[in-house]
This record gives sequence, C-alpha cells and structure tokens, in this order.
Amino acid sequence: MPAVSKGDGMRGLAVFISDIRNCKSKEAEIKRINKELANIRSKFKGDKALDGYSKKKYVCKLLFIFLLGHDIDFGHMEAVNLLSSNKYTEKQIGYLFISVLVNSNSDLIRLINNGIKNDLASRNPTFMNLALHCIANVGSREMAEAFASEIPRVLVARDTMDSVKQSAALCLLRLNRTSPDLVPMGEWTARVVHLLNDQHLGVVTAATSLITTLAQKNPDDFKTSVSLAVARLSRIVTSASIDLQDYTYYFVAAPWLSVKLLRLLQCYPPPEDAALRSRLTECLETILNKAQEPPKSKKVQHSNAKNAVLFEAIALIIHHDSEPTLLVRACNQLGQFLQHRETNLRYLALESMCTLASSEFSHEAVKTHMETVINALKTERDVSVRQRAVDLLYAMCDRSNAKQIVAEMLSYLETADYSIREEIVLKVAILAEKYAVDYTWYVDTILNLIRIAGDYVSEEVWYRVIQIVINRDDVQGYAAKTVFEALQAPACHENLVKVGGYILGEFGNLIAGDSRSSPLVQFNLLHSKFHLCSVPTRALLLSAYIKFINLFPEVKATIQDVLRSDSQLRNADVELQQRAVEYLRLSCIASTDILATVLEEMPPFPERESSILAKLKKKKGPGKLPDMDDSRRSVNGSTDSTHSFTDVLNLNSAPSSGANLLIDVFSESSAPPAATDVSEENFPRFVCKNNGVIYENQLLQIGLKSEYRQNLGRMYVFYGNKTSTQFLSFSSSVSSSDLNVHSKAVDPVIEGGAQMQQILNIECVSDFSDAPVLNIQFRYGGALQNIAVKLPVMLNKFFQPTEMMSQDFFQRWKQLGAPQQEVQKIFKAKHPMDTEVAKAKVKRHKSLCRDSVSQRLCELLSEQF
Amino acid sequence: MRFLLLFSRQGKLRLQKWFTPLTDREKKKVIRDMMMLVLARPPRSCNFLQWRDLKIVYKRYASLYFCAGLEDKDNELLALEVLHRYVELLDKYFGNVCELDIIFNFEKAYFILDEFLMGGEILETSKLAVGVSMEEADTLQEEEKEQEEVGKTDKERFACGRGLRE
Repeated sequence: MPAVSKGDGMRGLAVFISDIRNCKSKEAEIKRINKELANIRSKFKGDKALDGYSKKKYVCKLLFIFLLGHDIDFGHMEAVNLLSSNKYTEKQIGYLFISVLVNSNSDLIRLINNGIKNDLASRNPTFMNLALHCIANVGSREMAEAFASEIPRVLVARDTMDSVKQSAALCLLRLNRTSPDLVPMGEWTARVVHLLNDQHLGVVTAATSLITTLAQKNPDDFKTSVSLAVARLSRIVTSASIDLQDYTYYFVAAPWLSVKLLRLLQCYPPPEDAALRSRLTECLETILNKAQEPPKSKKVQHSNAKNAVLFEAIALIIHHDSEPTLLVRACNQLGQFLQHRETNLRYLALESMCTLASSEFSHEAVKTHMETVINALKTERDVSVRQRAVDLLYAMCDRSNAKQIVAEMLSYLETADYSIREEIVLKVAILAEKYAVDYTWYVDTILNLIRIAGDYVSEEVWYRVIQIVINRDDVQGYAAKTVFEALQAPACHENLVKVGGYILGEFGNLIAGDSRSSPLVQFNLLHSKFHLCSVPTRALLLSAYIKFINLFPEVKATIQDVLRSDSQLRNADVELQQRAVEYLRLSCIASTDILATVLEEMPPFPERESSILAKLKKKKGPGKLPDMDDSRRSVNGSTDSTHSFTDVLNLNSAPSSGANLLIDVFSESSAPPAATDVSEENFPRFVCKNNGVIYENQLLQIGLKSEYRQNLGRMYVFYGNKTSTQFLSFSSSVSSSDLNVHSKAVDPVIEGGAQMQQILNIECVSDFSDAPVLNIQFRYGGALQNIAVKLPVMLNKFFQPTEMMSQDFFQRWKQLGAPQQEVQKIFKAKHPMDTEVAKAKVKRHKSLCRDSVSQRLCELLSEQF
Repeated sequence: MRFLLLFSRQGKLRLQKWFTPLTDREKKKVIRDMMMLVLARPPRSCNFLQWRDLKIVYKRYASLYFCAGLEDKDNELLALEVLHRYVELLDKYFGNVCELDIIFNFEKAYFILDEFLMGGEILETSKLAVGVSMEEADTLQEEEKEQEEVGKTDKERFACGRGLRE
C-alpha cells in the first residue's frame, strides 16, 4: 500500500513541503516561506469567503511553517472556525492547530471552549474524542475551569462508548495534574474504581492510570481499588489459558496494564487482608518465576515487555519492604541482570539496586555484588551505565566497605568523564566524612580528591575539611604534616594551597620542631605559590602570614618585608591592599600579648551539618522532594558565614549563636493559630522511623528527616508546594509543653512546585508524653490555610541502647519488682510474627537487644507494633 | 511521559509532542539538549539517560530518532515499547513507513499519536483498535471528499527507498 493512497490529498500542501525541501539555503527557505505567508494572509483577508477545504489547507500550511521553527502570528481565528465545521478532517486540523499553537492565555480560549463544548455534547464519539484530546493537549487552567466538572460525567455515564471513556479518563488525569484543585472529587470516585472491573482492557488501562494519579493524592478515597487491582493482576499473570487477543504484546499478556496495576499498588502499603496479601505474593512470585523461563520469542520486544513487568514487580516489592524472601529473590534477580549482555538491563539493574540498598532486609544482599559493580565502573563502555554504578556504590556503602569503595571511586575519578566528575567528588567527600573512624584517612582522602580532580572540588568540600580539622585536635598535627608534604609538589592545585594556607596558619607550629619543616621553610613554601594564585587565595595566604607572625616570632621580620613590598601595599585589589596594610600595622604596634589574643587559634566550629549533601541534592535536580526513604543524613544548605572567603578566616569573632537566640525567643512567644484539627494520621509510622512524609494534602506535602543524639535532636522539615501557585505569608511555629524546640525562621514565600526547608533543634529536658505540634499558616490563592501537624518526637527517640550480658540483664530485670514499676498489656498482634523482623523493629526502637535475651524481648515488644 | 520528540540524524525535528505545559523557550532548550545528548551517543549504547530529573529513553529507527522524557517513576523498558508500538502503528498506516511519510503527512503522524497516547499516558495499546479508528477517520474523509467534488486525485508520488528499521 503506497503512502500516497492515504491522506486527504492537499496537493498545495505537498507541493509547498516539496518546495521547502528543495531549497538550497536557509535564505531560500525563508524567502519561500515569506512568499507563502503573504499568499495565505491575502487569502484570509480577501473578500471572497474561503471554503472549508481551502481554509483547512492554509491552516495546515501555517502549522507546517510553525513546526519548522518559524513564528506564526495569524490564522488562529481561521483554525477556530474550523472547529465548528461538521466535516471531520476540517475539525481535526483545527484541533491540531490549536493543540500545537495556542497557548493557555490566548484571547481565543472562550471561542475554543465553545467549540469543544458543542462537540462534547454532540454524542458523536469521534467528535467527542477530538474535543477530549484538545482539552488534554492544551490542559490550561481555563479549560480545567470550563470542563473539569463535565468530564467525570462523561466518564461514568452508562451509554458512553468505550473509546470515549478511555479518552475521558486520561483527560481527567491530565487536568488533575495541572489543576488538582479544580477537579471535584465526589460521588463518581466509587464508579471510577469500578472501571477496574470493566470488560474492555483498554478502558481498564486508562482507568488504572487515572486512579493511580488520584490515589497518590487521596489514598483513602481509592482504598477499594487495591483488592480489585490485585484480582485483575492475578487473572492476567497467573492464568495461562486466558486469551487477551490484541492486548497480548509479543507473547506477553497485557504488559501495559500489568505495569500500571503494579504502579497503582505502589500507592499503598501491603494489603492487610491475609488472603489478598497471599494472592498478591503469589502474583509477584509468578512474575519472578517467569523471568527464569526460556523466552517465547527471540525478539527484543518480547524480552523488553516481560522485563518491564518484572522491574515493576521488583519496584513494588521494594516499596512494600516487608517480605524478606521476596526482597532477597529480587536482589538475586537483579544480580543476574548485572552481568546480562543487554546494556539496558545492566543499567536498570544498577538503578533498581540503588533503592534496594536502602532496605534493611536486602542491604547485605546488595553488598555481595560489590565486586561486579566495581567491575562495571571499570569496564562499561557507556557513561550513563558507569554513572549508575557510581550511584549504586554510594548507596551500598557502609562502615564495613567504605575504605574499599572510596578507594575505587578515587581511582575511577582519574579517568572519569568530565560530566560526572563533580558528582563523584561530592560523593567521595560525603562517604569519607560519614564513615571515617580514623580521621587521618579522611584528611588523606580529601587531599587526594584535590590532587586528582582539583577543578571539581567545590568550596563546600574544602570548607568542610577545615571545619573538621579545627574541631578535632587528634588530627591537627597529621593534617599539618600531610598538607606540608602535599605542597612540595611542583604543581599543585589552588584548592590545595587554600587548605594548606589555612591549616599551616593554624597548626604549623605542630610540625615546626622538625628542621625540614621549620617556620621559615613553611613560609617560603607557601609564599612560593602566592604569585600563581587568584585574589581570594592570596587574601587567605596573607591571613596565614599574620598568623605565622604570632606563631613564630623568628620569621616576623621576613614576613613584614613581604607585607611591606609594593606589590602588597600598593596592590590594585582593594581587599589585598587593605589586608597588607592592616596586618603590617598590627604586627608593628601590637604587643606580643595582644597579638596572641587577636590571632588566637580558631575556636571550634559549631557542630553543623555538611553542606556537601545539599549540593549533591541540588545537582540531582531542583524542585524535587528529597528521597524520604533515604536513611542518609540530611543537610542544611547553610548560607551563613563560612561561605565567603573572608569569613572562613574570621579572625576577630568566634562564631556566635546570639542571633539564633533572638529568633528563638520570638518563635516561642508567638501564639499558635487557634482552632485547627491536629493531624496525627502518619504519626504512628514514625515510631521506628526518622524519615518520611508526615503530612500531605492537595496543596502541601511535609516531609521530615530527623536525627537524635543523646538528649538532642534535629529535625529537617521540608515543605513542598504541590501547586503551581505561590504560597504567601508562610509562617510556622512549634508549640510544645515539655521540650525545648528552637526553630529557624523561614521565608514567607514558597514558589509553585518548590520546596523549602526548615530546621528544628530539639532538646529533651525531662521525660514527656505529649509530642510537639507544628502550626503552619499560609495564603494560597487568597485563602488563609491553617494546618497543624503533630510532630513525631517521642520519648524513645532519646533512648540510648546499652549492651550487657544476659545475667546482668536479668539481675536488673528482677530488681524491678515494685508495683509502680510494672505494667503489662496484652493484645492481639495484627501481623504474624517473625523474629527477625521483630528484632529489626526493636532495634529501630532503640531499645536494647542482645541475642541471648532477644527472643524473649521480641516476644514482649513486637506486639506493640 | 513528559514529552516525545522525533528528529533525524541531521538534527531536524520531525515531530514534537508535549504533555506538560512549557514555554516556547523551555521547549527549544529541551529540544536542543535532547539532540545534543542523543545524537552524540555512540552506537550500541544503552537506550536510557538521566537528564536533570528526567529519565530519557530513546531509540533509533533508520534515520529517525524517537526520544521520550519520562518521570521518575515511569518504566523505561515499557517506554521503549511505547516507541516501538508507535512505529508499528505508523508502519501499519503508511505501509513500510519512512521519514518522508512523516514529513509529508506530518498531520497524520500527530493524529496516530493522539489515538495512542493522551496526556503522556497510554490510551490504547491494541494495534487493532487504533487501526480501526484511523480507518474510520479516513472513511469519513473519503465520504466528505466525494461530496466536495474537489478533484485532488493526481497526487505527487514520493518514492521511499526503505522503511523505518531498527
């Protein structure tokens, strides 16, 4: 069948396209287009009314010109006119033009909506579909306002044709994504869920997509979909005899629907009903089993579709994170894929394993594949696969393998692609700090980073190494020695000069006893780099010099000579000149005592989270909520004093917390807004967890990350604006009767789709039973919103585990005999008990757990959950 | 799915479909970045990439690249099959489709895509069902044409050497 037998034979259009293709140059093309535009304009303006066909043809030409990348400023009206034509092709071109070219704030939107309204009411399925497509393609707020209430009616009406139902479901989904507040929920939700039972598989597929989107926002309204989805999935996956006709794709039964059902189930926790749960487990097992069967076809489409379902099933298993056997099987399956000959599968296996690594049940299983992953890093030809391997190594890293993984990443860094170097540097810096037992290792690692990839070491990384060295006096001597040695290299990176200058300025005295690194040698070494450095580094070095004058009176004269030279005192740069002048005067007039006071060693920095992690997150995509299941520590993206070079060397003032105190006083005194229900829905989930989503409604998502050390806790609150509109006058306060909670002030505006972070510092002063309440106020589209959320700060967060032998334990246990020291509560467990799971839970609950007594304790405690 | 692009090896855009609202500038940026990224990939690389917070899935059929931007939770392998199914549908409609078909009948390529995807989600996976609705549309058109009596039968013929092969 030749291509030309189809199509509507708009000959003029074909000739025009052919002309454009024959143009030899860009100029010729523009000339031909301008000629055509003039022609069309005159036709549209002409006195003679155009017939439908000509209008269609010219609109189509305009569309072609637009798609070539030229601007079109007329013809919109003619396209809108085509909508009211009762000829299908004319209507179709009109709608296409509108979908591609009309942006949401067009003046014509009222006319367009009118055309759509007529077609929706036409009861002609073809026309209705065109109208629904147009709404979905444009998807503007005006359209949502006009049709959001009409489409659910079309969707659930008894006499709607299947194809229209499918379009209506996806159209509704599209509107819900852009304007969720305009799509009314209501009596139709139950009937939408019921569509999962529909006979037509196309309808079920479309409905599943819709329900998944809606259930993410309002899981409770769609709870009933879980059992229907499991039933449907089970029928597709486990019954071999069923004939799905054209929905079987290369011998795989309904892959699209299967994947969508598995996605829908990922909106919910594992089903509580035992029968349903075992039916689902059976489905998942069948899918895992099928992966081992020989393929039914050699075509790549067959294996892709089959594995698509498999990967989605694994995603569900990881999401449930409750069946250790399934998790381990999933991990083994992915392990097989790690060595598969298809690059795509290796890529996806690395990606899925990253999420698997954060599950406590499978973390160890993932670690067994470390050698394979390291090998992938060395041998994969494709950079995107190597990047995934780096991600996975980062995810599987813990104290036991940190040294090896960091070493491998460092050696990969020497040859890594430029595009991913900065990310690897950040990852190495984070891992080295997080898992450093021995800080000399940490210092070596960071200096290696600077040596190998100095250009990619951001400020955050070298600030951090200095903070750590200053705060830990056991590593200061080693650091001074190491940087001194590193600076001997004939060519060293400027970042190394910065670190070296700072550390020798502070701790050079610790190595000055050795004649090979005497004060003068140290000074000459630093000064030999001076002229090659940029202004900020030179400023830093000048500060190091004045510190030297204090540390080593014997080099005072030498340094004063340097400061006095014209290149310093008359430097064109104001900052350098000022430093030189001031330091010189200071060294001349101040007595030794005053010098010693002014230039005293830096006080320890306040314990502050590393800003490196924040930077890594930012790189991974702005506006994305952080991965809440990620158990890794979060970070404060602090923009305070350390961030400009002058302040790193903040000579005169110790970092003070005075400003915070003031804010804290205010935040405590402000009265919480009255009369809102306190949300505690997700509260129980946090008994054993520290991270996750505590609150979510249509507008706002609140995520938490928290960490506790002894009697102190720090909580990062993430406010995610789910709408596309700003939240104004945003404010938050915490009220608590028993705890000291200090919150930092937040920005009053959260942009649409953006996320803001707030830090709460919590101090536990005595035992307590009431959790603090977070009160939030903001304006959304004019309306004032009040939200109150109970924060999951429980007494057990401040527990400290103690190790003791079993006889000690029971000895103490038996001492607890007084009546007020005993309480017993017996109730039925909701879930079957598994010792391993219970043990893990008890551990997360931070209570003591020793193997010899764990059995008994688990029995005691597991029923709590 | 956030967007679908078809472009040639020479970097000519043949089809663009956006499933979330973007400004023209953002669209141009995405198109430029995609071409730069995808066209630079050596042959036999894997079909997936990470770009900002999106997963990019692409596949080359003869001279044309099909390239889709997916959200975080979307299934990459299945997206690859979405692209393949689209090629199959084009093939079925045009009969051994090639790039020229898509250039000269660009509006048809859009219509077929609309029958198949909506709002970035799969609308109808059955080849039969999509085929039927395209046939219906063409029949409607034929009838209209008879009424119109516009004699536009002598169409140019465009020889297409080969179809879109993987």
